[in-house]
Amino acid sequence: MSDKNITCECGHINPYGTEICEVCGKPLQGDSESNKLLNMRYEGSARRSQTYKTTIIDKIWNFFSSVKVGIWIIVLLLVASAVGTIFPQEMYIPPLSDPTVYYEEQYGILGQLYFDLGFHNLYGSWWYMLLIAALGLSLIVASLDRFVPLYRALKKQRVVRHESFMKRQKYFGITELVNNKAELSTVKEVLQKKRYNVKEEDGHLFAEKNRFSRWGPYVNHIGLILFLIGGMLRFFPGMYVDEVLWLREGETEKIKGTEEAYYLQSDGFILETYDNNDAKFKDAIEASGQEAVAKNYQTDAVLYKQVGERIAGTDPELEKIKEHPIQVNKPLKFDGYAIYQVDYKLNELQSMTFTMDNKETDKPVGELTVNLYNPEKEYELNDGYRVEVMDYFPDFEFNDKGEPTTKSKVPNNPAFILNMISPEHPDGEVAFVAIKQNLEPLGENDYKMSFQNVDTKNVSGLVVRKDNTLWILAIGGAIFMIGVIQGMYWNHRRIWVLRKDNEIWLACHTNKNWYGLKRELESVTDQTGLHMPLDQSEQK
Amino acid sequence: MAQLSSNLLYIAFFIYFAASIVFAISLFGKKWRKSDEATHSKKWGMWGFILSTVGFLFQLSYFITRWIAAGHAPVSNLFEFTTFFGMAMVFAFLIIYLIYKSNVIGLFAMPVAIIVIAYASVFPSEIQPLIPALQSNWLKIHVTTAALGEGILSISFAAGLVYLVRTVNQEKASKSTFWLEVVMYTLISTVAFVILSLGFEAAGYSSTYQFVDQNEQQVTVEYTLPALTGPTDGTYVSGNEFGPLVEAPAWMKGEKAAHKLNTLIWSIVGGLALYGLIRLILRKRIGAAIQPALKNVNEELVDEIQYRAVAIGFPVFTLGALIFAMIWAQAAWTRFWGWDPKEVWALVTFLFYAAYLHLRLSRGWQGEKSAWLAVVGFVIIMLNLVVVNLVISGLHSYA
Amino acid sequence: MKKKNRLIVRTVILAIVFIAVGYTFYTNFFANESGIVQAGDQAPNFILTDLEGNEVELEDYRGKGVFLNFWATYCEPCKDEMPAMDKKYKEYKDKGVEILAVNVSEPKLTAESFVDRYKLSFPVLLDKSNDVTNHYGVGPIPVTFLIDKDGQVIRKTQASLSEEVIDDYMKQIQP
Repeated sequence: MSDKNITCECGHINPYGTEICEVCGKPLQGDSESNKLLNMRYEGSARRSQTYKTTIIDKIWNFFSSVKVGIWIIVLLLVASAVGTIFPQEMYIPPLSDPTVYYEEQYGILGQLYFDLGFHNLYGSWWYMLLIAALGLSLIVASLDRFVPLYRALKKQRVVRHESFMKRQKYFGITELVNNKAELSTVKEVLQKKRYNVKEEDGHLFAEKNRFSRWGPYVNHIGLILFLIGGMLRFFPGMYVDEVLWLREGETEKIKGTEEAYYLQSDGFILETYDNNDAKFKDAIEASGQEAVAKNYQTDAVLYKQVGERIAGTDPELEKIKEHPIQVNKPLKFDGYAIYQVDYKLNELQSMTFTMDNKETDKPVGELTVNLYNPEKEYELNDGYRVEVMDYFPDFEFNDKGEPTTKSKVPNNPAFILNMISPEHPDGEVAFVAIKQNLEPLGENDYKMSFQNVDTKNVSGLVVRKDNTLWILAIGGAIFMIGVIQGMYWNHRRIWVLRKDNEIWLACHTNKNWYGLKRELESVTDQTGLHMPLDQSEQK
Repeated sequence: MAQLSSNLLYIAFFIYFAASIVFAISLFGKKWRKSDEATHSKKWGMWGFILSTVGFLFQLSYFITRWIAAGHAPVSNLFEFTTFFGMAMVFAFLIIYLIYKSNVIGLFAMPVAIIVIAYASVFPSEIQPLIPALQSNWLKIHVTTAALGEGILSISFAAGLVYLVRTVNQEKASKSTFWLEVVMYTLISTVAFVILSLGFEAAGYSSTYQFVDQNEQQVTVEYTLPALTGPTDGTYVSGNEFGPLVEAPAWMKGEKAAHKLNTLIWSIVGGLALYGLIRLILRKRIGAAIQPALKNVNEELVDEIQYRAVAIGFPVFTLGALIFAMIWAQAAWTRFWGWDPKEVWALVTFLFYAAYLHLRLSRGWQGEKSAWLAVVGFVIIMLNLVVVNLVISGLHSYA
Repeated sequence: MKKKNRLIVRTVILAIVFIAVGYTFYTNFFANESGIVQAGDQAPNFILTDLEGNEVELEDYRGKGVFLNFWATYCEPCKDEMPAMDKKYKEYKDKGVEILAVNVSEPKLTAESFVDRYKLSFPVLLDKSNDVTNHYGVGPIPVTFLIDKDGQVIRKTQASLSEEVIDDYMKQIQP
């Protein structure tokens, strides 16, 4: 062992950096005659970071072991987090808006600066994540460095402490005795009644309670570390699924992210609003200026599971698992997945119904309903009338070349080129039919298509989630709470009673809540006739 | 039932007011005391505590009756939350009083609670229906626990304030006296803002302006305080024909920026006027005026109360504002954490008090420095309540 | 001895933390999305119907190079490359290269009239429910996979292709 170790006058060899002898409690640092109160942090034991400073590993270790560094990391995280709320993060700006111009447009020069500095995606930035990683490392290193020596120090506590240890406690008092024996046994009894764990040695007493509260900080740090590990696990493949699923009423879709195993069918989307004349809420709804306030978003869903293997593109064989109305706050849960109600679109076009009319008589000769997602090629009407669909554009527009085309596959603006075949025109007459539009591109026709009505369906916006990290986050959170409560709601109190000739010396210490300890002491001294120790910090 | 409920709140409010005065007498009223100092302060302190308890019971009745009237826990909008937060503060004070029997904490905590509740009255108080995301038992569990945590943490602010008023040297102006006055001024300007808002509301003041926002949308904005700053190129539509005196600067482009600026200016100006008036009457700093009454206060005890309040409040806050919040967010918004501004500010509050607890371990961070930290902590809590809901838009801005 | 052990413990703990954080950073900032078909993967088999109603299975094309294209009529860049694809199809058809053009869940009629208008001769397959498209992890179209005679994807591209490039690609998968 190196000569840096400190040998106390009691003969015990303490590690370098020890402030208070591990055995007898004699203060080792500074002037032994000093009357200054002792710093009882970590029992005056040597934190390991103070010992070795040679290799680069030790240097990194010692850096992260410092509470000061830890506090700086917390403060930097705090400031960075706050900065991230000045303007909305990229994920909260309206979808489809371009962040390169959005911030400037909405928030002016400051917005531009915010974007240029990368603050629009602050919480996902490398430096923010690095700060969190540094916090995690600090938690591990600082806790280990303190827990081990503290544990040792508290475990091998002696009953008898050095005189100057006693004198330099915050509360210290001397009582002169007439008849010592009886009094000490009452002291012991009284302390035991206050649920102290009392040890006796040669007529000296050492009473202690709630030592476990000293472990609180380390327990809560373990919780936090677990929580951070949970956060990290998310990035491992297969731990986390987050998909959007748009589901039209009546349709069955494969549930993305479930490795093809599950299918979901919508039996209908329901949007309910509050009654605007409801006596209870009338005033608030009026004051809000909204037409209606939503009460319920719900998708009546049926969950299926695929049976057996399947080649992509072929129809699956499905087995019904369960029916479940998916509402906000009430996701559908299965096999580690959860499906949430998050969005909707009302009244999406589904099919359109037309009649074919004779222009002269203005009478219909037949009716047809066209499924906008999969129109037929031909619709047979009666008596030799027929409609051929020559072309179909679900989301019609003219492109820059002037050709008719479709913007998307969603029938937002369906348009048809139809050939109307009648006994008079066996080759047909061509008509272009769109919403509120009827063109006859190849000349005047004798027949026309008249729009009758549409059939619409609602679409549910659902989110599919799997988060295999939740259990570890939950455990981490629970351990953290246990740790803080253990550390904050109890306090470690110790009372040393030293018999010295015909005097009784009384000193005590607590890690927090001195007021509580003082009241306890008052009660002890009242019952035993000892003098109430003085608060030495008050007699400067 | 709703009417009964709001009457109960009024009663509670006035009882709190009375309790504050009684606590003040327990400290100031030495001139007319017949008994000795200790008995005097004990007697009046007891009455202060009893009144606070009675007030609390009235507010609790408000809470219960409003719950019955609404059919859901009344913690779902800014009015309800802010009043509940005030109630949580009172509750936290009662607990701390039972432990420490400190009248001076009452003198500071009760008025702060009163200001919080008064501030709540500025928001619309109609009973609102719950949107689907709020229809969950976690609403009451999360919000009440978070508010209780914040209430307990606020007691540490009250204790910190006592410490500062007690110890800051008022003989000459310094940074400490300046910032202490800033704290006083901020509390006063909140009062001024409440008075102005309620005053103009009672007078039925309202004027509407129309302007084109940055998305080329026609927007109308209603002012309930006279318009000092109007939207850029805004036109007057209806209501009281006053102002705007100037247009808000062009770089303030956020939603309703001009309107928010107007409210801010009124609060600052109103606060200055009220603060000026008080200074004129006192002829010294507010801190200096209160200091003599606190000369018998045990500063070390106050410091400990401040630390203890954080020690008790921190776990409650973490449980309510982070853990319960995450559990609910996982159900309602599909993820337990989404960097929504309110979530982030709960995290900021958590980090701040975590830093505070670690600093308390270090030498030299007890006493005055710690008291200033307690003040900053309260500022963060209030920022989360006021600025995050009203200025930054996010998922939590229900009001 | 004690000192040495301590150094080892410290080194191990720091190493674990650095590796874990490094891996997290790697997957977050650099790694490709998992679960989608990439160059080097075996092309997943599928069965789709063409415009005539015949079933087409990818595995039947073993021994041939397959130019697997995902397209739709609303996608202008897709349309732009169609004539060149058709031209090269005719050239390479007898050299053992096949084009399979998967239409991304449009109505049959829309796809059919488009094929008629552009007079395309290669098989067009209908992916009614986006099944194959999702299976291949196709996002924005056009996307083309070059599959060699052994069924392995040798390239994935997301651009609209010119005649020269198509020619070059077809050479690459020519058996």
